[in-house]
Amino acid sequence: MSGQVMGWRRLAPVFLGSLARRRLATLFSLVAIVLGVALGMAVQAVHEAALSEFDRGLRNMAGAADLQVVGPRGGFDEQLYARLAARPDVAEASPVLEVEARLVGRDESLQVLGVDAFVLARVTPQLLPRADSGDRFAIFAGDGVFLSRAAAERLGVKTGDLLRVQAGSAEVVLKVAGDLPALGDDRRLGVMDIAAAQTLFGKLGRLSRIDLRLRDGVDAEAARRSLQAVLPDGVLVETPAAEADQAANLSRAYRVNLTLLAAIALLTGGFLVFSAQALSVVRRRSEFAFLRAIGLPRRTLFGWLVGEGAVVGLLGGILGVAVGHGLAWGALALLGGDLGAGYFSGLAPRLQFQPLASAIYALLGVVAGVAGAWSPAKEAATVAPAQALKAGDEAALHGGRGHPLFGLALLAGSLAACAIPPVDGLPFGGYLAVACVLAGAVLLLPSIAALLARLMPVGGPVAVRLAVARLAAAPGHAVVAAAGVLTSVALAAAMAIMVASFRDSVDQWLTQLLPADLYLRAGRAQSGSYLDEALQARIVATAGVGSVAFTRHDGLRLAAGHAPVALLARPMSAAGGGLPLVGQPLAVNGPSLWISEAVQDLYGWRPGQQVELPLAGKPVRLTVAGVWRDYARQTGAVMIDLDSYRRLTGDRLVNDAAIHLAPGADALRTANALTALAGPGVLELAFPGEIRTITLRIFDRTFAVTYLLEAVAVAIGLAGVAASFAALAAARRKEFGMLRHLGLTRRQIGWMLAQEGALAAGVGVLAGLLAGGAIGLVLIEVVNRQSFHWSMDLHVPWLSLLTFGGGLVALAALAAVLAGRQAMRQDAVLAVREDW
Amino acid sequence: MLEIENLSRSFNGRSVLRDISLRLAPGEYVAIVGESGVGKSTLLNLIAGLDRPDGGRLRLDGEDYALHDEDALTRLRRDKLGFVFQAFHILPHLNVAQNVALPLWLQGVERDAADGPARQLLDAVGLGTRGDSWPRELSGGEMQRVAIARALVHAPRLVLADEPTGNLDPANAARVLALLAERVRAAGAIGILVTHSLEAAATADRTLYLTAEGLRG
Ligand SMILES: Nc1ncnc2c1ncn2[C@@H]1O[C@H](COP(=O)(O)OP(=O)(O)OP(=O)(O)O)[C@@H](O)[C@H]1O
Ligand SMILES: [Mg+2]
Repeated sequence: MSGQVMGWRRLAPVFLGSLARRRLATLFSLVAIVLGVALGMAVQAVHEAALSEFDRGLRNMAGAADLQVVGPRGGFDEQLYARLAARPDVAEASPVLEVEARLVGRDESLQVLGVDAFVLARVTPQLLPRADSGDRFAIFAGDGVFLSRAAAERLGVKTGDLLRVQAGSAEVVLKVAGDLPALGDDRRLGVMDIAAAQTLFGKLGRLSRIDLRLRDGVDAEAARRSLQAVLPDGVLVETPAAEADQAANLSRAYRVNLTLLAAIALLTGGFLVFSAQALSVVRRRSEFAFLRAIGLPRRTLFGWLVGEGAVVGLLGGILGVAVGHGLAWGALALLGGDLGAGYFSGLAPRLQFQPLASAIYALLGVVAGVAGAWSPAKEAATVAPAQALKAGDEAALHGGRGHPLFGLALLAGSLAACAIPPVDGLPFGGYLAVACVLAGAVLLLPSIAALLARLMPVGGPVAVRLAVARLAAAPGHAVVAAAGVLTSVALAAAMAIMVASFRDSVDQWLTQLLPADLYLRAGRAQSGSYLDEALQARIVATAGVGSVAFTRHDGLRLAAGHAPVALLARPMSAAGGGLPLVGQPLAVNGPSLWISEAVQDLYGWRPGQQVELPLAGKPVRLTVAGVWRDYARQTGAVMIDLDSYRRLTGDRLVNDAAIHLAPGADALRTANALTALAGPGVLELAFPGEIRTITLRIFDRTFAVTYLLEAVAVAIGLAGVAASFAALAAARRKEFGMLRHLGLTRRQIGWMLAQEGALAAGVGVLAGLLAGGAIGLVLIEVVNRQSFHWSMDLHVPWLSLLTFGGGLVALAALAAVLAGRQAMRQDAVLAVREDW
Repeated sequence: MLEIENLSRSFNGRSVLRDISLRLAPGEYVAIVGESGVGKSTLLNLIAGLDRPDGGRLRLDGEDYALHDEDALTRLRRDKLGFVFQAFHILPHLNVAQNVALPLWLQGVERDAADGPARQLLDAVGLGTRGDSWPRELSGGEMQRVAIARALVHAPRLVLADEPTGNLDPANAARVLALLAERVRAAGAIGILVTHSLEAAATADRTLYLTAEGLRG
């Protein structure tokens, strides 16, 4: 064994020395692997940091609770508390009222927990407040709020200060009475007495949550089932872990998608290693023949060539992990824990070095390097030495015909993969389809190149004829260079098509969803703010207001283990007018329900189906009248008519108002009159144009990371072209010398190389655009639909794609010329005579 | 002892070598001449175990090629054969001494231990001071002298040289051929020199003629 190892070391200069000689090509392969690994690592590190912070927060909140009783966002009847506390298997029950209190005049809210200080110590001691006065009972001073360190810092207040927050559309003043010393994480929240919170925020008799501690020896799952049986509809018992899972699941699909993109970048890196190794193997063909002739075993040769790839991969992997951590650090500082996607607001995650994940990503670099080197190494090891030793057996890369049948089979396989349903909420079928399309396209590349060569015009200047002849006779070279271009173009095009379709669909969706002239609200739908009946009446009566459509928001628990579903109640016509419907609405007798695509996917509800919705603690039968597109609520939303909602629940509050102006009314004057209806800073007013601009800005920020990935992919593709042409040009020095002997000028050779570069890149770009279109469709129809449950209309950004493709071809031609110039700098005479 | 009996080889039904027999004892140095395309390189490839005959036998020191699989033939080449090629095949990324030491590395000799013998042979071919040079700093003739040193560094039983002077000018060619003959004799190995120049062949002990009819003395 040790002899084997030493043998490896002995031959190191023979192989690694050669790697060092091909510095440029090696460098490009290295860079590609570094980028791929770094991106994957960065995405992983950022999300791990955000998730662990989130998880820690949730665990702190849950404390020693074994079970949590949760209900609709509007809360549930507090009588439930007494009933649960009296159950024999419950040791301790801690009631909680959760309010997102909007800070007056700021677009920010503070999570306020109303708690019972007596039971708190035994269930969630982390939330125990500490009064500065040392008065243990300060928490019962009605308006006192205790802030976490992060909240106090964020709001810039200290004990004794006053905090102006909004309750409904009125303003209440809270007094900062102390802090939460036991809360270890960076959550921003405040704690106050539950009775005071209920009174101040208009939630008399309501609870949002009950934390339960079970008696020793009681099985949590058995208790969960028996407790669930006594709870009203829409109120669920869950384990605290399930809650954390839901949050993690929400962002998981987003993270997996980003990771997939990083994987494609890494794949492109692998292709680059492949190009570099394939070309170097061609170039060193007679060297290998010689080594085999003087007694180097076939296996050792193969091992060493794969080893060359592994060395590049390992180096790239290690550098990539380092760069990835740097990127993650920068991303956290700039974009936050969700990379701008908005999943983890209110968290300040900290980056941590993860040895295992880092090792895995470094290993992925090695895998890419080895995979890229594998087939060239195999080709090199099977070279017949007697043949290759013959003078004149010049570097010929037998591209062959590829494997067109296998390629076609893979393309067909990708269609089948699209039909695979999501596994555990993740679109593995979609990813498989993407992989099949890419692999199939690469296998078909030689056929595409051959076809293209046949379609090229014969004749023309000698440089063009030579270039076309080369593509026709030795498509292998072009194919190797084009493979890297193909993967990167496919990735970039797919992303561009997906993002353009998404953005276009969101834009249309907003236009459909925001038909009114003005929008008025008392705070975000999630916050504790609302418009009460008196205010609603005054809004309707305001001068300049034509018609008003009010909307009520709530969150419903439809099933255990699922995140809450948004409930929207607003005036609805029977045909679902004003909703961005998918398909035709059904004519329905009785109260109808309009469900978002996510509800359709997650709960399996279909138009025409009778479903039960827990409203005000009672099951209500409704008929699904249609499905609408909702890009705002990934966990699902249902919409019912406001009048029906009021009849069924008795809840007369609303959250926002869509206002059509009276004919001839001045928008600004009306807007001013409306905001004057409540105290300063309480009512928020927006014009649809503003909302659209802000939404699209958020959209663009969310996709900033994917733009970055696209740019990286393109850079990698270009590096690939440059690398393969640099390697090729070096291998063809003799040919150039010969051509110059025959009387071709440097300019003519340069022109020939430009043609060759353009042809190779053209093949790659063409195939890449086709594959990218297919992958874009998979992303839209399968990956997005299964991950986020929303559909979108296809929108192909033709102009940018064509510009991008054309630019890449031009750049490839330039890269080929530059590489050739480097090779031709040498004396022509020397080049012909030279032996390597 | 190299024993060749009734060797034949054809490509795509076209017979190139037919019924070739030859016995060479250690210390014998022969030249094989023949027209281009007659099969000289083909014969050499068979003797090197790089190609398999269609008929006949090959034995080196009693080892029958036919009983060897590819790995065993590779080991045979590594341990018992030395090569000099027309296209020098000097690795550009190894220095001169390392190029010469390469066959020893393949045999499992440590890099440090291989350095001494390599420099000794470089001395013998008149390049004792160039061990640390890079191949690109050598002339063609010097390069072929490095190749001769490399062919002999591991004390092979059989040295094969296919047109070793094809890429050299006459003056250099004469010097290299004389050196090759001298070194092979000094090593007591069997030497086979393939060439189509009678002048070159004269540096060997005897000349064999390869024609379509066979091998004649
Ligand atoms: N792998 C092969 N496939 C088909 N024909 C071959 C192969 N190798 C050699 N030949 C043919 O066998 C014949 C002998 O070739 P070989 O290379 O042995 O000639 P040679 O005597 O070495 O010629 P030269 O002096 O020009 O080097 C030639 O006609 C050649 O075309
Ligand atoms: Mg020959």
